[in-house]
Formats: sequence, C-alpha cells, structure tokens
Amino acid sequence: MSRGKRQFVRSIVAAAAVMAVAGFAQAQEVLKIGLLASLEGPFAAPGQDGMRGADLALKEKNGMAGGKKIEFVKVSSDATPDKAVNSTRKAVEQDKVQIMIGPLSGDEGIAVKNYAKTQPGVTFVNGSSGAQGATLGDPAPNFYRFNTEGAQWMVGLGEHALGKGYKKVYLIAEDYGFPYSQVQGFMASYCAKGGKVIDKAWVPLGTKDYASVIAKVPKDADALLVVLGGSDAVNFLTQYEQAGGDKPMIGGSITVDQTVLNFKGKRRESLLGTASAGPMADSIDTPEWKKFVADYKANFKDGFPSPSLFAYLYYINTKATLDALDAVKGDLSNNQKAYREALQKTDFKGPAGEVKIDANRNGVGTTYITEVAKAPDGSFYNKVVKTVPNITQTLGLPEADFKKMGLGTRDVPDCRT
Amino acid sequence: MNSSSSASPAAGPRGTQASPMARASARTLTEARIERSRTANPTDWRAIFGAIRLRHLLVLVFVIAYPFVATPFFTFQIGAQSLALGLIALSLTFLGGYGGMVSLAQMTVAGLAAYALAIFGSSSNLAISLGWPWWLALIVALALATLLAAGIGWLSVRTEGIYTIMITLAVGVAFFYLAQQNYTVFNGFQGFSKIAPPVLFGLDWHDPVPYYFLVLACSLAGYFFVKHLVRTPFGVALQGIRDNPRRMQALGFDVTAHRVAAYAVAGFLAAVGGVLMVWYNGRISPGTIGTGAMINILIIAVLGGMKHPIGAFVGAIVFTLLQNFAIDLVDRERFNLVIGGVFLAIVLFSPDGLLGLWQHLRNRLAGPFTHRGSGRIHR
Amino acid sequence: MSRKAWGLWLLFGLPIAVFVVWAIWDNYSLFFKTFLNGLTLASLYFLVASGFTLVFGLMRNVNLAHGSLYLVGAYVGWVVGEQTGSWVLAVIAGFLAAAALGLLMQVLVFRHMQGQDLRQTLVTIGLSIVLADLMLWIWGAEIYTFDPPAWIYGSTTLPLVNKFPTYRLFVLLASIVIGVGLWLMLARTRIGMMIRAGVDDRAMLAASGVNVQRVFALTFAIGAGLAGLAGVVGGTALSISPGEDTRYLLASLVVVIVGGMGSVVGAAIGALLIGLAEQFGLAYAPTYSVVFTFVIMVVALAFKPRGLMGKNT
Repeated sequence: MSRGKRQFVRSIVAAAAVMAVAGFAQAQEVLKIGLLASLEGPFAAPGQDGMRGADLALKEKNGMAGGKKIEFVKVSSDATPDKAVNSTRKAVEQDKVQIMIGPLSGDEGIAVKNYAKTQPGVTFVNGSSGAQGATLGDPAPNFYRFNTEGAQWMVGLGEHALGKGYKKVYLIAEDYGFPYSQVQGFMASYCAKGGKVIDKAWVPLGTKDYASVIAKVPKDADALLVVLGGSDAVNFLTQYEQAGGDKPMIGGSITVDQTVLNFKGKRRESLLGTASAGPMADSIDTPEWKKFVADYKANFKDGFPSPSLFAYLYYINTKATLDALDAVKGDLSNNQKAYREALQKTDFKGPAGEVKIDANRNGVGTTYITEVAKAPDGSFYNKVVKTVPNITQTLGLPEADFKKMGLGTRDVPDCRT
Repeated sequence: MNSSSSASPAAGPRGTQASPMARASARTLTEARIERSRTANPTDWRAIFGAIRLRHLLVLVFVIAYPFVATPFFTFQIGAQSLALGLIALSLTFLGGYGGMVSLAQMTVAGLAAYALAIFGSSSNLAISLGWPWWLALIVALALATLLAAGIGWLSVRTEGIYTIMITLAVGVAFFYLAQQNYTVFNGFQGFSKIAPPVLFGLDWHDPVPYYFLVLACSLAGYFFVKHLVRTPFGVALQGIRDNPRRMQALGFDVTAHRVAAYAVAGFLAAVGGVLMVWYNGRISPGTIGTGAMINILIIAVLGGMKHPIGAFVGAIVFTLLQNFAIDLVDRERFNLVIGGVFLAIVLFSPDGLLGLWQHLRNRLAGPFTHRGSGRIHR
Repeated sequence: MSRKAWGLWLLFGLPIAVFVVWAIWDNYSLFFKTFLNGLTLASLYFLVASGFTLVFGLMRNVNLAHGSLYLVGAYVGWVVGEQTGSWVLAVIAGFLAAAALGLLMQVLVFRHMQGQDLRQTLVTIGLSIVLADLMLWIWGAEIYTFDPPAWIYGSTTLPLVNKFPTYRLFVLLASIVIGVGLWLMLARTRIGMMIRAGVDDRAMLAASGVNVQRVFALTFAIGAGLAGLAGVVGGTALSISPGEDTRYLLASLVVVIVGGMGSVVGAAIGALLIGLAEQFGLAYAPTYSVVFTFVIMVVALAFKPRGLMGKNT
C-alpha cells in the first residue's frame, strides 16, 4: 500500500472505531437521575428556573439520597413533545437513568407519559407539566405528578371573582390545551355559583397584536379573564392600557407570574390589583416558604428575584423523589416496587403547602388566590389573599359531575347566559 | 439530434447565473447524456455490477450488521431516526440538487403523510381517527401527500431559485398554522399520539431491530431509486432544466410538467419518510412541522452535500449525532449555536457539504490514486 | 382596463364590498377600529419589509437573517434607551447597530459570494440561527418592553373609533414619512439613481465607473438599519423576546412576496394587504386569521408569480 493510501485507511478506521466505542454504555457507581427541562425555545427561562429548583432540592440533601450519591443527567427540549421524548429516551436508554424527572410543559407531559408506558422498569416523575391528560385519561402506572395541574390551579378564583362583584366576565385566552384546563378550573365553581362567561376570545398561540381582540371587548363585561402566558401576556397588558382600556382583569396562573411581572421595562400601574391563582405565590407567609425563597436567593445569584412557579414545581417533585429514596434506603430492586410504594405514601410539608398524591398519582394540593401588589422597593409581586387547600383533580365538584363535564376544550364548559 | 454545432445561445433571461461557457457545456452534456441514456440498455447488469466498489460493500455490510453490534438506543434513536430523516432530506437533495428547486416544504409533505396516517388509521383520538386498516391508511396517506407535493410544485413552478425557497417556506408555515388551529381534522395543538406500526409476521415493528430494518429497506430503496432516476431520460431532462430551462423549452420539453413531476416524486419520498417518522415518534403534532423542523431538513441536505444522494444520509447521521450528543460536549444551552455554527462553516467553506469535504480530502491524500475529479454531478 | 382585469376586480372586490357594508352596519366602531389597527400594523410591516426588499432588489440577496437584524436593533436600542432614558436615542441606536452589523455581513461574507444566490441564502439562514442563539445568550429569554415618551403614549380620542392608542398613530405617521423618504431617495438622489441602475443592469453600472461594491455595502447597511429601526419601533408596540425574529422574517417574506421583490411601492401595497387581512381576521374570524395571510399570498402568486408589483427581471 502506498503511504497516502495507508494514512487514509488508518484515519478512516480510527474514525469508525471512535464511533463504535461511543455506542457502548459504561458501568456507573452513582445513582443517575434524569432531569428534563426546556432549555431552548420560548420556555428557556422557565426551564432554567426549573433546573434551579431541582438543584436546590438536591443541595438540601447534600447530593445524597438513599445512601447513594445522586447525579443529575440533564437533558433539554424545546417545548415540543417530539424533542422531549427523544431527550427522555436518550437519558433512559443511553445514559441508563433509573428515575426520570420532567418535563416542563403540558403537551410534553402527555408525550412523556406515553413513553413511560414502554419503560415499566423506570420511574417517571413530573417536572412542571400541568396538563390534565398526563394523569387523568389513560394514566401510566409509573408516572407520578406531585404537583397539581392547570385546572386545579384555578379553583377558588371563581368565587373570589364573584366576591369582587364580577358577575360577567369576557375571556381572552390562548387557543391550546393548557388554557382550556385553566378556564375549566375557573368556570367549574364560577358558573355553578351564578357567574357568566359572556364570550370566549380564543387567540392563536403566539399572537402579538391584540388590538382587534381588545376592540371586541363587550361593554357589559364586568371584568376580563385573561389566560395568556409569557410575552403574549405582557403584550396584551401593555396594549390594553394603551388602548385606554379600564376594565379590571383576572389573570391565569402564568399571566401575572414572576416571568411576566419581571419583564424589562416600565411597570404598568394598571396591573395592580389583578387577581390570579396558582399553586404558589411570592408572598406566602409561612416559615417554610420564606426559607425556600431565602435558599433560592442564596444559591442562585443569577436567578429571578423570587423563585418562579417552575422552580417551585420542580423543587417539590425532586424533593418527593429524593425523600422516597431515603425512605427505602436506595432500594430500587424488584422493578422499583418498594420505591414506588414509598412515592405513593409521600406526604410532606412543602414550601407552599402539603405535598401528596391521590390514587391516580396526581398531586392534591393548595391553591393560592393572589392579587398583584407593589413592594416597598417598587417591584411588583403577588400578594396572597386567600388559601384553598386540598384541591383534587375533580376540581371541587362531585366526581360524577366532573366526569360528565369531561376535559376542558374550546366550548367546554360553557355558561353564557 | 443536432448537438454542438450552433453558436452559444442568445443572452438568457437577465439574472441567469450560468455563464455562456457553462450554458454551452450544459447543453452539449445534456444532449449527449439524453442520447446515451436513450440508446443504452437500462438494465445493463454488467454496467451496474462493474460500478460497485469496495467501499459500497463495506457500507452495506456495516449498515446491515449495525443493529447487532449497537445498543437498542443507538439502533433506534440514532440509526433508524437518522435514516428516516435522511429519506426526507433525500427528497430535498433530489429536488434541489438535481432539479435546482430548493423547496422548504418537504417536511410539510412528510407531515401531511403523518397526519393522514393518524386520521385515516388509528390513534389516541377516537373522535377523529377513522380506524381504517393500516395498509389502506398507508396508501391513502402516501397518495394524499404526493398530491400535496404536486400542488406545492404547481404553485412554485412559475418561480425560480430563491423565490422557490420563500414560497415553499410560506406554504409550509401556512400548513403549520392550519394544523395548529384546526381541531376538527388536525386536533390542533395536541395532535395525535399512539400511532404505531402494525404487528406483522409476528413481529412488532416498533421494536428497535425490526424497525431499523424497515427504515433501512426504505432508505436503500429510496437511494437506489434516486440514483436510477437521475440516469433515466426524465432525470437527465430534469438536470437540463435545472441548468438552462429556456434551452430545454426550446428543445421541446414541457418544463412545467417535468418540474411538477419532480415535485411529486420528491413528495412521495418525503411521504415515505414522514410515515416512518410518525411510526418512530408514535405521535404527530404541529411542532413536528414547524419552521424549525423545515429548516432542519435543509440543514441536513446542505450539510451532507446536495450533489449526490448519499449526502442526505450523511448529513442526517451527523445531524442526529449532534442533536443527541452536543449536549454532553458543549454547555447544554448553547448547542443551537453549535448546529448553526457547523452549518454556517459548511456553507462558507465547503458548499458541497461534507461530501465535498470528503472529495477534497481524497484528492489531497490521493497521490498515486487515480484522479476522480471533483464535484461529480451526475454519477 | 382589459376584460380580465375587470373580472379580477369584480371577483375579489364584490365579496369584500359586501363584507364591508355588513360589518359597518353590524358594529361600525369595531370595523373602523379594526381598519385603523390594520393600517397601523401594515405600517410596522412596511418598515420591516422595506429593508428586505431593498436588499433583494439590488443584490438579489434573500436575507433570511433580516429578522435577526430586527431583533439586534431592538435589543441594542433597549440597552441604549435604558442607559440614557431617551427613546429617540434608542431608535437611532437600533438603526445604527443593525446597519453596522449589516455592513459587516456584506463586506465580510456576501461580497465574496456575488452571484451565488442559493449559497447566500443558506449563509443567511446559518447566520440567523447563530445570531438568535447569541442574543439568547446575551440577553436571556426574558421579555423586554420599551418606554416611549409620554407624548406618544396613552390613547387619543378620534371620531368614529373613540379611544385609539396614540403610539400606533405615531407608527403610521413614521412609516409614511420613512416610506416617502425612501422613495424620494431612490427616485431623486444620485445614490438612488445608482441603486436603480444597479437593479436594472449591474454590469453596466460597473462599466460606467461606479464602485458597485460600495453601493452594495451602503444599500445593505440601509436595509439592515431599517430593520433595526423597525425593531425598536415594533418592540415598543409589541415587546421583544426570542422568537420575534422568525415572526417578523415570515411577515416580511409574505409582504414582499405579495407586493413584489425589489419594489418599495410593492412592499407598501403588500404590507397594507397583509396588515388589514391579519387584523380583520383576528377580529372577525380569529381561529384561522393566521392562515389568511398565507392564503392571500398563494392567491396573489397564482395570478402574478413575481408579486403584484414585481419587476419582470
């Protein structure tokens, strides 16, 4: 063989060898736990905060659980279900994690749940996904969600709105699954107690220009129910003020949360007083919450001024995962039977209330009704005005009624007149 | 047929990129090849077997033995996924490299095939899915997608070059929004899940090894189909149309019909890729056919090199590896930067993609090798 | 007008006329508000698309990084606005930052690829991905809004529509001024003459002794600068966050496809059509409003493959 040819063949063989070696897994001594959050795309900021929440839970345990050293295998998605499943599959099948925490968004949750069914030997714990479908219809026996979901987050807000005299509301919401469940949660008790949602304006996801939607707001609405998230919410709120709108607003769980209140720009005074509801609030007045906020601030100098919804949700899910490991002393044998029983028995006092799950492995928890207020330093935060504990997936309705209602969609539930 | 005697044609349409020399050589080359392909025996077995080289055999052995040496993860997520993506990218390579029409709507066509399979077959959404037998749903899905591709082709055929990119991008985005907003047919934002390949001959085709072979078979079929097609009169005429449409029109070819047919053929390839993708993911939703996914196919095709069908698969393998493992090498948040940077580097320094780089390397290390020449277009 | 033209006008004009009459009768306040919203959105789209069509018209460069230039101008403008407290300075900073980036892109990259359209387009795609991630890295994924001066914030009371956001009227005014200015520059100044000559016949322009590369660089800088300016202006109306670049790129694309590449008047017409369609869609048929814009594009192309005002080059 000539020299050139030999060099050539050698380099090819070397390249092939590298590729082949990469395909074989290596044995590990620590316990690997997969952690999935969306670090790309529109949910990048919540995703980062989610990971901070998980890191905080691990730090509290000094990196150990069940007598073993815990190592997070961090994988990312871009809030699309396909990428979420791909990343989960990589963590489970390639990196060989035995427990998987994640994902972040609703539809990813349903996709990961479906994947979980194909991997019965691995335990999947939710990150912050709030879609009803992840545990409600067709649940997976190895998928656990320690947080409450989107519809549960709005229970109690309906009564609060009626209490403020808002008998007729006009809905403006994004046209996809998460707002559907949020609206269902709101309307479950609002309609039952006599409130009317006079019309629903579903806008396509990603709408930035709300001028025409604002123009359509009927004159006889007492308040606006706004279930938008992220930059859509900021845009709507700014444009509504610019258009001279003056109706009071009720917000969904991510409409006036930290990511929205912390947008970089001038604070709009019109936001003050906006009611909202969610599984946590910035100003919960309990020692557990204050400790959580202090720990978050101390550990993450580059984080938000106060932990966001996503940090909190990932925190409680991770803490439940690690606590159960401690309970069974790291025993994951026999298809993780003992471990899963320990997970089912979880019941601890989280920063924002009790953390436990129902028979469907879905969280049963507290919802906080809040209103936007101004802190002494001029920043905006959510002040707790009411606490509603022990909310289950049936949203406070009798189970038969809830089953009849079905999952929230564009037209379900409806109480127009 | 008169070939090279006439003078170089009058100045083509303003803005035509080919220089007079290139146009002349393209013309003579095209005419010569059409002659040759018309007179040559298409099933000349000796010619086919003579063209097989050692490297072809090596690659064949490797891809067939791969699932038996690699882990199920590597077989399924890396191997099968890259081959399925490669098939969709192959449709773009065919359309763009050989037809000169870079269409960003290939993922859209693949997506429609996937949606049609979910709607006509069985999925998690019992209200919409019709539940037809899988083979019937498959045929309908492929047919509908090919029809859509022909429609997109008809729309885009009057445009050229970069206009085609823009128009196909816009059509793709329109379809994305339609799928996202419509709940009666496309089930909006959630899409469909639980779409699985059938259980045939006692094998569950969703298992890594059977699925891999299914995808491999389709990919090999697609690859050889494209290789064969570009040597047929149709394929050669297509390349002529790519190089100089006015001349081909003057020679009597129906340029529009050829182009639309090319779109349809590419659409069929993309449709097969789409069906394989939906069987891989088990679900389809608007996110799968969004702008990012559409541009990814272009990235894959360009990465590998649009001059030869194998480029699509090379690009797909590299892309899938990057997607899965860049997170372990680079700060996990920045791998979009990695992918974009690699793409940019390839386009800036090696416009023929990785294949071009490979060719360059071979020429460098060649020495006593026989010179194959760079940038072989039509082999 | 020819028979065919009459036929087309009737085919499209009649249903639109019927709709307009019905809408005014049904809720005239909503109709005029939506009309005005459409005009103002169109003015924003025109600002963004004018730079895009200028660059394409002269240099045949489909700059798919146009959206990234928009976002860069917006972010830099925001930083300057925050530091100096002046919104006007932010606008100027946005213009200059994007123009500088555009100049760099042209001189360092595109200049060496003259004539290779597809390659240029691919490079712009790669650049847009890289720029988007860099911006995400530097400025994070939070939402940024601008603080316009008080005299253009709030609402004004107009006849027929009651309260209308003052800022949007300002955008409408600004885009008319800029549009007219652009047209004047192209039609009346020497530079404009050179640009128009270059669009028609690049080789002759070079042969007549003009430094074509300098003209190209200047044009690209202006086109990019317009995008940056639109970034600050648009960001004030509609906030900035990652992902805005794709959105405005697509909007520019559709506007320019419908209106015709390389024509500033075409960009204006395209923007009007698209802006009005989007707003009316959102108001009267929100579910499919986004698809309307693309349907218009498809229909326009079916009749005129080079856009409504496109030059037959």
